[in-house]
Amino acid sequence: MSESIPNQRRSVGYRSRLLQTEAERRADTHPLTWRLRDDGEAVWLDEYLRKDGYQSVRKALSEGDPQAIIATMKEANVRGRGGAGFSAGLKWSLTLQGGDIPRGYLICNADEMEPGTFKDRLLMEQQPHLLIEGMILGAFANNSRYGYIFLRGEYVEAARVLNRAIDEARDAGWLGPDINGSGFDFDIAVHTGAGRYICGEETALINSLEGKRANPRGKPPFPGQSGAWGKPSVVNNVETLCNVPAVILNGAGWYQGLSGDRTDDGGSKLYGCSGPVDNPGLWELPMGTTGMEILDRAGGLRDNRQLKAWLPGGASTGFLLPEHLELPLDFDTMGKEGSRLGTGLLTVVPDDMSMVSLMRNLEQFFARESCGWCTPCRDGLPWVVKLLQSLEQGQGEPGDIELLDKLAADCGPGLTFCAHAPGAAMPLQTALRHFRHEFEQGVGKPRGEAHQDPIPVGEV
Amino acid sequence: MAEPVATSQIIGSDGFELHPADETAILRELEHYEQPQAACIEALKIVQRRHGWVPDEAIPAVARVLGIGPGAVEGVATFYSLIFRQPVGRHVILVCDSSSCFLTGFDELKQALVDQLGIDYGETTNDSRFTLLPVCCLGACDGAPALMIDDDTYGPVTADDLPGLLEGYP
Ligand SMILES: Cc1cc2nc3c(=O)[nH]c(=O)nc-3n(C[C@H](O)[C@H](O)[C@H](O)COP(=O)(O)O)c2cc1C
Ligand code: SF4
Ligand code: FES
Repeated sequence: MSESIPNQRRSVGYRSRLLQTEAERRADTHPLTWRLRDDGEAVWLDEYLRKDGYQSVRKALSEGDPQAIIATMKEANVRGRGGAGFSAGLKWSLTLQGGDIPRGYLICNADEMEPGTFKDRLLMEQQPHLLIEGMILGAFANNSRYGYIFLRGEYVEAARVLNRAIDEARDAGWLGPDINGSGFDFDIAVHTGAGRYICGEETALINSLEGKRANPRGKPPFPGQSGAWGKPSVVNNVETLCNVPAVILNGAGWYQGLSGDRTDDGGSKLYGCSGPVDNPGLWELPMGTTGMEILDRAGGLRDNRQLKAWLPGGASTGFLLPEHLELPLDFDTMGKEGSRLGTGLLTVVPDDMSMVSLMRNLEQFFARESCGWCTPCRDGLPWVVKLLQSLEQGQGEPGDIELLDKLAADCGPGLTFCAHAPGAAMPLQTALRHFRHEFEQGVGKPRGEAHQDPIPVGEV
Repeated sequence: MAEPVATSQIIGSDGFELHPADETAILRELEHYEQPQAACIEALKIVQRRHGWVPDEAIPAVARVLGIGPGAVEGVATFYSLIFRQPVGRHVILVCDSSSCFLTGFDELKQALVDQLGIDYGETTNDSRFTLLPVCCLGACDGAPALMIDDDTYGPVTADDLPGLLEGYP
């Protein structure tokens, strides 16, 4: 690891940072981060332009063919980085446009609140123009008249940086009427939220943007048919949109080649790692990099602890075991193992952590953040928390674990209005599958005895 | 930064009145949206920036500026966790209680906050200096355990760091 990047554990004031120096990052292999500065300061317009910024918009607008952008995005198969992995090009090809359909909205999902995820913050705080450029391209492809960056309220620094960058871009003619003499007009506003994880769900986000309570909407209609104020609306994650400029400039073949033969998914990914590791952080690596390589970059576990389990991409993904570290971190492989790639930022669980306590913490989060619309989520999750609390105290009753199985199954895909409940079910179901004996230990023990001897690694 | 305002300026005879600068700021927000209701959350945040929280009397005032029903504003004001409906201290501490922080010392940090401030979640110190609230993952997990004080994010924070940190917020 480079000497020039200070270890986060030494500082108190938090700063987002990438653990790769400029020398390690190249334009042809690190499309998301090669322009970032080692000093962590934002790349403003002059520097962005010096580093080939807005070349992609220049090219796309002079060619003037929105459908060609969609075709390239489809061929590149840029899969959504908000966690679901849906092809951005395919989504864009389904946006209603043409004829007498009104121009709609391009919405950047910058609500980043998935526990264990800190990647969009870096992109927004240090490289705002890449996101703006990606949004202009997305707007041109989808015939969007206006863009919103739906930013979580706590990202104060990102709001400051983005607003300044938007002003810079507007002053230089990259936003506003007749962008770069093309006749295309588009502008962006930063819309800041006021808390609540559910705002990140794309239809809840649209309700929140409209100034309503953030309950999800039923689908169909999909946002591309009828989104904000009933207009066709495209919602994409920050990292997804940041991939667009390089794909349009360099082509789908180049993008596919970035991941080599690691995986069928192309491109690079902002991977990360947090939890009790020596060097938690973020790295831009080829899609399909293994969990092992990321854990190595993170310096392994602190204080000679052993790895017990890990989450590949946030609280709503499924637990994996040490043996899964050798697998490529891509959407399909993680799916096959009963998990999801999610946001691609690993959360590491050490051997001295009780899975029951960790699950209690996770489900407290999901229960608190439920929007309250569907019964299994609104009523089931607090019940899950209660059961886990009593197991944690060694006060569980026979049948409690089967009840957890049932409550989790009731939250499964398709049974609720949105993917929040399935997201709460997946870590619970995988924890119960891999560490069932640890939950069983919590039944009928004298108070306090349940988790005195953590389960050794491998004995699962 | 907002200028402090005298109470007589903001409480009109018929109850709560928006500060003129806030009303202007809210009207400016409307330009970004197709419908005025979209500026509702920002309007509540503007009120909160001046008063520290959103009193009940502010709801009809905001509704009037936006030209929407007070019910719609109230529904929003009660949904979002960062809109405060009770008075808070001069500084709000948001302590992250999500997974990466939980795995790296959240319990100790939370306990130290409770011990040093003498308050628990949702409470305000007697001198009205601090209010303590839990928050979802702050997106600072590589600096876990993390917390925010007002607009500033800190991490990793240990119990020993707290006294020095809190000193910066008189
Ligand atoms: C409860 C919940 C929270 C979500 N939070 C986020 C989020 O903070 N950021 C995000 O990009 N996507 C989030 N998503 C996923 C979005 O619904 C949506 O799939 C995504 O914004 C689409 O963009 P993408 O295809 O570019 O990933 C969330 C989904 C759910 C169910
Ligand atoms: S699953 Fe949960 S969060 Fe999603 S709509 Fe239903 S109650 Fe709301
Ligand atoms: S879990 Fe606390 S900052 Fe992410």
